[in-house]
Parts: sequence; C-alpha cells; structure tokens
Amino acid sequence: MTANNQGAFVLRDCALIAIATGQRAQNLKELRDILLGIHSGSLYFHFWGGLLQARFEEREYNNDFAAWARHSLHDTVLAERLSVVDPTELADLEALRQELINIVEQRLDEHESLTWTAPDQQFEFIRSQIVVFDTRRRVEQPEQLAVLLPTLSTGSVFYHFIDARRRSAAGLDDFRTWLGGFGTQYAALVERLAALDPYFVSLSELRAELAALFAAYFEVTSHE
Amino acid sequence: MSSLLEDYAAVVGEDVIDHLRQLTAPLKGMRVVHVNSTRVGGGVAEILEKLVPLMRELGLDTRWEVISGGMEFYQCTKGFHNALQGKAIDIPPALLGAYEQANAHNAEQLRPQLEEADVVFIHDPQPAPLLGLCPNRRGKWIWRCHIDISRPHRPVWRYLRRFINDYDASVFSLAAFAQPLPHPAYLIPPSIDPLSEKNIELPPEEVEQVRQRFGIDPARPLALQVSRFDRFKDPLGVIRAYKLAKRFVPALQLVLAGGSASDDPEGEAVLAEVRTAVGDDPDIHVLLLPPDAHRTINALQRSADIVLQKSLREGFGLTVTEGMWKGRPVIGGDTGGIRLQVVNYHTGFLVSTPEGAALRMRYLLHNSARALEMGEKARAYVRENFLNTRQLREYLTLIVGLLHAQEERIELG
Repeated sequence: MTANNQGAFVLRDCALIAIATGQRAQNLKELRDILLGIHSGSLYFHFWGGLLQARFEEREYNNDFAAWARHSLHDTVLAERLSVVDPTELADLEALRQELINIVEQRLDEHESLTWTAPDQQFEFIRSQIVVFDTRRRVEQPEQLAVLLPTLSTGSVFYHFIDARRRSAAGLDDFRTWLGGFGTQYAALVERLAALDPYFVSLSELRAELAALFAAYFEVTSHE
Repeated sequence: MSSLLEDYAAVVGEDVIDHLRQLTAPLKGMRVVHVNSTRVGGGVAEILEKLVPLMRELGLDTRWEVISGGMEFYQCTKGFHNALQGKAIDIPPALLGAYEQANAHNAEQLRPQLEEADVVFIHDPQPAPLLGLCPNRRGKWIWRCHIDISRPHRPVWRYLRRFINDYDASVFSLAAFAQPLPHPAYLIPPSIDPLSEKNIELPPEEVEQVRQRFGIDPARPLALQVSRFDRFKDPLGVIRAYKLAKRFVPALQLVLAGGSASDDPEGEAVLAEVRTAVGDDPDIHVLLLPPDAHRTINALQRSADIVLQKSLREGFGLTVTEGMWKGRPVIGGDTGGIRLQVVNYHTGFLVSTPEGAALRMRYLLHNSARALEMGEKARAYVRENFLNTRQLREYLTLIVGLLHAQEERIELG
C-alpha cells in the first residue's frame, strides 16, 4: 500500500447561502457599471454558487451573466461570448471581473443603442456566504474513496469537485490534487477525472458519475 | 417510534439529514426563538410546525412564541400585508397605535426569553417592533419577510422600516423582493413539507374517491389550477386556454379549485365572471373548497395530467411546487417565483398568454412520454430545492454566517 505525501484525504462538506446585494442592472451599461465595483463574492456566486443548485442536462450556459444576456437582453452574441469564460483559467476573481468587463465593453462598443429588460427581468446581483465543515471522515487510500463516494452529500461533491477549482492554484479538483500525492500511480484515474465536465449535470448526477468512474477504475485494476 | 428526522430521511435521503446534523454540530444547545402571530393557519405557521421540532431534534433549544392582539391590531396588520404587496392604502393612526401597544404588551411577556436567546427569528411585520422593546438583547435578531414587498406602498414601508433597520439581518424569498436595509438581506425561497396532508402520498382509493365526488372522469385528460379567484391568478385566461386546447383535445377536462369568496368582494366578482365564462360546459369543474381541504387538493393534484398556474403576477407560487412534487409538469405564468421553479422544457413551460398555455397543453397531452419525463424531473427538482429540509439547512447556514460577522467563507472545525 502506497502512502500519500499529502496525508489522508480530509472529507469536508459545505453549505451556501445567498445574500441580495440590492444592485440590479436593467441594461448592459448598468451591468458594466455595477461589475466595476461589485463585491467579488458576487462574481463567485454567479459563476460557481449556481452550481450548488439543481441543474438539467441541457444546461445552456455556465454562468448567470450569459443566461441573462440570452434570456433577458436577447443578445445571443454576448451570451455566447460570456459563456466561454472559464474562471479556472484566470488568476483570481479580480481577473474574472476584468474579463467580464472587457467582454461587456466590447459589446457596448458594437451597439448603437441600449436594450432594456422588463423591470422584472433585471439582473439581480447576489453574493453568498459559504460554510465549510469537517465531516471527521478521513480516507487513506483511493479504494476507500471509491466506497465512500456514493454516500457523499451533494455539498461535499460541490466542495471537492467544483469549489476546489477556485481554491487550487492549478485549478484542479481536490480528488486529482490528492491522487497526485501518490506520484504517477493513479495517473490514469486522474486523467479520467480531468475529462469529467461538471457543468452539464446536477450534483447528484455528478456524484453518480464520480462513483461510477472510481468503481470502474478499481474494478479494472483489481483484475489486472 | 421513529423520529421526525428519520421520517424526513425516508423522503429526502439519509445524506441530506446527515448534512443537517453536521451543520448543526457547532450550534448545539443554542437558544433559538421564533416569533409570529398565529399558531394555526397560514403559510408561516405551517412552516414553523415542522421547522421547530426539527431544530429541536438537531439539538437546538428552539421555541416558538406567538404574539396576540385585539381586533384593531389584526386590522392594522392586515392593512400592512396589503400595503406591502403594493395596495395604496394608508393605515389610520389609531390602528398604528393599537399595533405598537399590542407589541409592547407582548414584549412584557416575552422579554426575558427573547433577551436571553442566542438567535431570534421574527416572522413578518406583526412582531417587528419587539426588537426595540428588548433593549438588553444579547443574540442575533433576524427579520424574516414571507411576503412580496418588491413594490410596497411607500408610506407604510417607511413606517415599518424604522422597526426593521436595527435587525442583524433580514430574509426575503427572492432577490426581487428585497428592499434596501442597513444589514444583510439573505435569500431563502419558501418550501413545502413533503409529510404534510397536502403533499403526503395518498392511497389510490382516496384519489379515486375525490375524483368520483367531483364527477371527474379518470379515463379522460385533466388540467388543474388551484388558486384563489383573483385576477392576478388569471382564471379567465385558464378557461380560454382550455377552450382553445379542447378544439384539439375534445376529451379535456378542467378543474379550477379555490377557496370560497364570501369574505372577499373582489373574489366574488371574479368568481361570477368565471361562472359566466364556464357557461354550461360540463367538463369545467369550479370547486369552492374550505381552507382545510388539504387532502382533497392533494388528490386533485395527483389526478391531474397537467398542473396550471397561469398567474399574471405571483409571489412565489407554492401551488407550483406542490404540483411538481406530485410529478406533474406545470404550465406557469412567466412571472415571480414561478420562473425559479418552472424550467422551460424541463419541469414544464412558462407562458405569457392563454394561447401559449393552450399550445403547451396540447403538446403535453399529445406527448405523454415527454409529460411523464418532465413530471419526474419536476419532482426531483423539488426534492433538491424546495422541501423544508433545504429551508432548514439555509436557516442553519444563516445562523453560522451571522455568528461569523459576514465572512464570505467560513471554515468550521
């Protein structure tokens, strides 16, 4: 049995709560102006926080700004540009803020006039508080993780597989980071995890996919 | 005897209850008091009826106190309710005086435990002045607003705001409902109780009895809207949608189920218009049900092929949640909280006109496999988002959040 140079995997869980900022945008210029000064926690919520809520397989956009551009401003071009913003490729939330402002300003330059949404279709800026707690469960070996995965709460799945990408300098989920501590022994498993796109399934489905992926890996390797 | 938590675990899953236990661990023994103005009837009492014992089982020392007042107090708070939802009515000073007096009187009784509590939840405007009447309070005070105050009648909101400003936080159901206040405004959507009479699983015989009682043919398709006879619920639009759809689905039946309108002159007028629009169509059933007909409504929802909530304006729309919980696709008006629940092509359809509603009814009735799939998704969506265990989780998260002075990320243990 190989030891992990990072120690045991500490299983955590989290809960998130939304807080209204009271800031609302009814057109693109207002969106840009609010983006300039909004609490960075609001950017986190509109990119990441939404992922803690239930989703559907045909999820259109990976963030709330893109969805608003499409469904409230009816600006498909802007929605498509916003939807390719991947926060894990940016250094931090301030870089994300700048990227959003750049895209919005480019679109403002292209437009002759502003489109206004209906009053009840404004973009509501929301921020969040996230409470992270230790489940007191520890995992020494990846095989044990495979057994535990189907029983994890969706909060744990969110914390380790999605939120982790913001916490880790390399933009990796916690499972890959931890498996990396065994050297190259689990490189194939790491590769499979990297191919799992968390944006298009609900957290329950994601849990099932993770569990299936670990189970399949250990099923095969135990027979090799 | 099984505990309440075990009963919920059977519905929502063991992982959800485990999550609640973990989240509560640092809060064990904390004294929490909820205050509202009625023990029975109404949405708030319904929520607290389960929330309070659940919090107790999780190890929080939780109490539920109810304030009371005279006729003028209730007249005043009824006026608040209407004014906060946008009706331009002014409250006479005598009623405001009765409101403040009733709160002062209740504070005499409640002050010791409210001042000692670690967390106090004040529900809606009725007990809002209690904070100012408990000068030696030591805990965190939260004002929980259950109503849509997105466009309040300003003079009444200005009057109430001075009682609310000093709270540590407020809670609104939707971001659009939140008013600017000098403290954090948390967002916690409402929820339904899967173990209540209105939502519990029913034996098929009971559902069949209800169908028989109202002359509904189980062999033919049924669309249902449960709501007050109120213009904002657009019952006339529902009848028009039914008539448009019936040209293509001649077997279609419609049930409009609401409360009796005897104490509401406007409701009576709407009901009269509904009856005129129904005419002599034997396939439209207009049902006036008593306020406690929870099992009947449950059975009607389980009998329906499609649940409608074609509101023109809506707060949250818990009838949508209830319909979805019974595994029915919902055709809802594109407004308010309905938008949070009805996800186009997933859990149902959002519509803006009777014509739109008719089109979607035809679609769902001709694609029963799709309707079934949407209904299953709707139920799963409610299980993950709109059951009272989720609301409880958010209350617990809020308490932890408030105890950590607004940090964005709180790491416990």
